[in-house]
Amino acid sequence: MRLEYFLLIDRIVELKLDDHTIRTEATVPTSSTIFEGHFPGHPLMPGVLLIETMAQTSGWLLIAMHKFARMPFFAAVKEAKLRTFVTPGQVLAVSAKLVHDGSGFAVTKAEIKCEGKPVCNAELTFRLVEFPNPSFRASMENVAAEIAFPMEVLAHG
Amino acid sequence: MSSTFDTVANIISETCDIERAKITPQSHAIDDLGIDSLDFLDVAFAIDKAFGIKLPLEQWTQEVNDGKATTEQYFVLGNLCARIDELIAAKGTAPA
Repeated sequence: MRLEYFLLIDRIVELKLDDHTIRTEATVPTSSTIFEGHFPGHPLMPGVLLIETMAQTSGWLLIAMHKFARMPFFAAVKEAKLRTFVTPGQVLAVSAKLVHDGSGFAVTKAEIKCEGKPVCNAELTFRLVEFPNPSFRASMENVAAEIAFPMEVLAHG
Repeated sequence: MSSTFDTVANIISETCDIERAKITPQSHAIDDLGIDSLDFLDVAFAIDKAFGIKLPLEQWTQEVNDGKATTEQYFVLGNLCARIDELIAAKGTAPA
């Protein structure tokens, strides 16, 4: 995770377009100014950032499904459950599955586990729109390369 | 038609917390019921699931923006239900 850049996942572990699923990994940094306030002497990963981590994971699934032709923008979160505390240094296993691919929107279900135990889960809705400009898309492709986005899957399905 | 409307009206009532009695075939989803675009995504999701279709929201929006259609054609509920019935019928005749 690079919290200062709002890049919350480290790498894509698995992307299955046929199954409409994705798995990613994210390690909570051991230090961040965020933990100075949340909370002093008792650092905890904020729940909203865990939800964003699920959203970014879902987003990469949707980008892959639409072959970099559409950009997903986070629109709604439902039934979010934050089941346990997450502390600096923990490794998170994030997964998401497409629930519905609508016209101009999509819905996913996502969850995070840590050491096999459920951390949080939610249903997430995204608007899918064309990239606002080519440089935006290029920047997303750069991030994709950083997180090991498997470009080869775009050639299939 | 009536069953399509009842299903859609129930979806709107539950999704948008609108009293069921206020929802009629003449209601305009946006102008009369005040459903905004985000809430309409929830409605579309529920309609897609309930009828096994995919409302072509992007196409409709484009047609309205281009002046080729009016919002009444798609968002007055009686008209919306007619579009849904067309999509269901098209699904039934589509090649496997």
